[in-house]
Amino acid sequence: MIAELRTVVDLGPFANISPGLTLIVGALLVPFLSGWVRSAWTLVLPVIAFAHLMLLPEGYGGHLYVLGLDLVTLRVDDLSWMFGVIFLIATLLGMIYALHESHWLQPTVGLIYAGSAVAAVFAGDLMTLFVFWEGIALSSVFLIWARGTNAAYHAGIRYLVIQVGSGVLLLVGLLIHHNATGSLAFNALGLDSPGGLLMFVAFGIKCAFPLLHNWLEDAYPEATVVGTVLLSSFTTKVAVYALARGFAGTDILVPIGAMMAAFPIFYAVIENDLRRVLAYSLNNQLGFMVVGIGIGTELALNGAVAHAFADILFKGLLFMSMGAVLFRVGTVKGSELGGLYKSMPWTTAFCLVGAASISAFPLFSGFVTKAMIMSAAMKEGYFWTWMILLFASAGVFHHAGIKIPYFAFFAHDSRTRCKEAPWNMLIAMALAAVGCIAIGSLPIYFYQLLPYASSYEPYTTEHVITQLQLLMFSALAFALLMRTGIYPPELKSINLDSDWFYRRLGMNLVEGVAGLAAAVGASFGSIVNGFTTTLGGVLHRHIGPDGVLGRTWPTGTMAFWTTLMLGAYLLFVYLS
Amino acid sequence: MSAIELHLPALQVVLPLIGAMLAALTRSGRLAWAIALVVTWVTAANAVLLVIQVMNSGVPISYVLGGWSVPIGIEYRVDQLNVFVIALVALLGAVVLPYAKRSVAHEIRPELQYGFYTMYLLCLAGLFGMAITGDAFNAFVFLEVSSLSTYVMIALGRHRRALLASYQYLIMGTIGATFYVIGIGILYLITGTLNFADIASRLPEQMDAFGRPAMVALSFLTVGICLKLALFPLHVWLPNAYAYAPSVATALLAGTATKVAIYLLLRIFFSVFGIEISFRTIPIGQVLIVLSVAAMIIAAVIAVFEENTERMLAYSSVSQIGYITLGIALANQAGLTGGLTHIINHAIMKTTMFLALGAVVYRIGTSMLPNLAGIGRKMPLTMAAFVISGLGLVGVPGTAGFITKWYLVLGALEKGAWPLVAVIVASSLIAVVYVGRVVEVAYFKSPSAELADVKDPPLSMLLPILLLAAATLYFGFDTTWSAEWCAQIATDLLGGTS
Repeated sequence: MIAELRTVVDLGPFANISPGLTLIVGALLVPFLSGWVRSAWTLVLPVIAFAHLMLLPEGYGGHLYVLGLDLVTLRVDDLSWMFGVIFLIATLLGMIYALHESHWLQPTVGLIYAGSAVAAVFAGDLMTLFVFWEGIALSSVFLIWARGTNAAYHAGIRYLVIQVGSGVLLLVGLLIHHNATGSLAFNALGLDSPGGLLMFVAFGIKCAFPLLHNWLEDAYPEATVVGTVLLSSFTTKVAVYALARGFAGTDILVPIGAMMAAFPIFYAVIENDLRRVLAYSLNNQLGFMVVGIGIGTELALNGAVAHAFADILFKGLLFMSMGAVLFRVGTVKGSELGGLYKSMPWTTAFCLVGAASISAFPLFSGFVTKAMIMSAAMKEGYFWTWMILLFASAGVFHHAGIKIPYFAFFAHDSRTRCKEAPWNMLIAMALAAVGCIAIGSLPIYFYQLLPYASSYEPYTTEHVITQLQLLMFSALAFALLMRTGIYPPELKSINLDSDWFYRRLGMNLVEGVAGLAAAVGASFGSIVNGFTTTLGGVLHRHIGPDGVLGRTWPTGTMAFWTTLMLGAYLLFVYLS
Repeated sequence: MSAIELHLPALQVVLPLIGAMLAALTRSGRLAWAIALVVTWVTAANAVLLVIQVMNSGVPISYVLGGWSVPIGIEYRVDQLNVFVIALVALLGAVVLPYAKRSVAHEIRPELQYGFYTMYLLCLAGLFGMAITGDAFNAFVFLEVSSLSTYVMIALGRHRRALLASYQYLIMGTIGATFYVIGIGILYLITGTLNFADIASRLPEQMDAFGRPAMVALSFLTVGICLKLALFPLHVWLPNAYAYAPSVATALLAGTATKVAIYLLLRIFFSVFGIEISFRTIPIGQVLIVLSVAAMIIAAVIAVFEENTERMLAYSSVSQIGYITLGIALANQAGLTGGLTHIINHAIMKTTMFLALGAVVYRIGTSMLPNLAGIGRKMPLTMAAFVISGLGLVGVPGTAGFITKWYLVLGALEKGAWPLVAVIVASSLIAVVYVGRVVEVAYFKSPSAELADVKDPPLSMLLPILLLAAATLYFGFDTTWSAEWCAQIATDLLGGTS
């Protein structure tokens, strides 16, 4: 099927160049253009890259010899091709969504970021993967900083340190792997060597494994309107690709993924910032993909890839709709919104399509992709995993399917009146919505694109009825809880996640700690917090500009240390 | 071989010496600058010719001064290792000079400017002499020449604290030089010679009888030189010296002075004592590793808290010197290659950053972090160069810094030293924070009203900055003249002695 798509056209030297580089090089032009020329270029560029990808022959290319290493910078096969396609689609949608931006910064770094992601999935060796892995981190942080708030700055720094840290772990891992095996090829890696283990952790950080996940919920909601949309598409999906390539069928991924799918639900329910709710929901969807990769059968891997594809569209769509709300109203706090459907009818409609897709309503994309993973889990005998995923599905419907549109567009009327989203945002959302419905309604064509041949049939009576039951009961539960007032009200609150362990919060206890999970986290966290506060104090006391190590010593003290050093050496001589 | 080619080693030192005298006689800043410009570029060309000569000859070039034969007379001995350092110093000295004209005119009183250029040339002469000489005592003399001229340059700084910084450096530098000369004295008593190669050949047979004094000599030399190269915790003179010296002096010193001291340490460890004696008898290697690690982490953390960007970069230098000494202390092929490569890579990156800050000072008169708000938009090219070099410090792939870290990690792995890998990683992450702080302030804060008319500096200042930033990127891709050359030097250093 894919082979048919690739008409045999001689690309010349471009057959050895990753489409990601096309994007990156093209992006460098953006700052020098202005007005409609820039807008047009940001739209044409993803299209050129897409054409480039379509014409690339299957196989390996772009051989380089650097630092004594043989690099394969381009590998086009079914798996990387699939990710390349959706990344370029997401790039185009993101650029349409960003058309109203008058400053060059965001389109430029957005394209570099997308290009790095594309180049990373086409990397045939670990070194190339590492280079673009770091490229992703360094370019994407500007999408957070561009928000310009103090919170965004600090979140950006934390994000950057964690992402670069993941890259460095990857580097060390690949070095060890290279030393042990003599090869840098990026194929199945396995956990049985220290190198593989380190790379697993590196991928895990970027994939937001439980306890390694905080950067996601921390940074994404702080990014710009456009930035969050782009961020949601690439970083974590590159990690999903890397896991599928390097660790398909690794058992430990199944419980990790199940945990990832389940735990963000609790946080999502009590969170007030609707973009943060979506970040938790992104984390939960990644859990499904990780389970699929862990199971590792053809059906499961197909499911993971398909779900990643669908998720980029529907999660992008949801972030776009919330971005539009933020753009027009200036906030996405659930407690301050409501009744916006009157002002923003189109945005409401598109948001509902995204909500239906993520909740896996029949005829929407989530229904045909998530089901493959669930079926694979059932078929391979992962009963408890299946149960957890079922619970997680109900939870998704609850927080992403109902909570997001309900609090933003309906609920009690906040009497906010604003304009409908700008036309470019509406177009981007419309295209994404069409994609969601197309995948959900005509899965046969979509399945043909998947890496493995598939005979999966999503629309069986049993599946449709089970799913509808699940959704209806979940909706009923929400309705009952709202009606009886048991549902956690939308509070202005900040929820504590395990990033408390590394974020020093100077405040006494965060106001209005909501929910049980957070309460447990707090009591445990306060001990750790006390410790980190002390540590921070100690650091600043000794190392800050006025600290012992940071200030200028009197000359005598310097001389004293010099003598001490000499004395130490002489002692060694005496003892030797 | 023409007469000039025969005398290249001598010319390398003599040219800047004569230039310094001429500059002193002019009593005019402009004329002195013109002389310095000619001299530095001619010396740079001389250094390049010297590189070619060494490459072609294959064996070290020996140049006997005044016709006095070794070991009575003083010998200039040029091999791969020191020609590498000489070329680096000469090229940096030449690239910085066009920049110096406006910066010096801005920061130093007119009647003192000729003195600055005199000291600049004198300092270069001292550094070349230290690197090129094969005589231990001659190296001490040149060490003092470079140090004394450096003290004067620092004292010329625009800030009154420059005087105190210079004074502290003077005391510490003198202690270091004294230790060095004591060490050389002991070696002279043991071997009866001052020629490095001669000491090296006579030392082994004396080790049985005078093993302990020889080790005492090594201790004195190590501590003395480590003071000059600012190894933690002997670094405390450095931040103020760098922060308060004129921008041009800082840029020159950051790139060259500590690097030549490192060369001297390499010479003592690997050529004179030999790796066996240096690292096996007393745990100098282990001590060096511990101090390097402390430098890499602690100095980097201090840099994070600094509000004065020049002091921040100075602490970053202390941290980066830790990388170099770590590579030396690992004493294996990959580690040493990394350490040597970082000599050139760090010199380029840090000089770029100090020049960029110097340009900022030229435009707005300060380099305190809060005052840099929005400067990225006002001085786009300058700050772009700063960011590129900053990424190099972090070790981002595609920059020179990555190459270094690559070899250092390989070297640490070869030793099985896992914790060191973690330290390299951690230090890189801390660098992300201190570079990130500047980037955030420079690009994401709105410029204050005072910055309304600020723009990139004039071309004479901008070009050297951009050239060096381009070099940072170039050495991230093509390592023929950095890592590959250094790998060869490392092989020589390790193979010749073990």
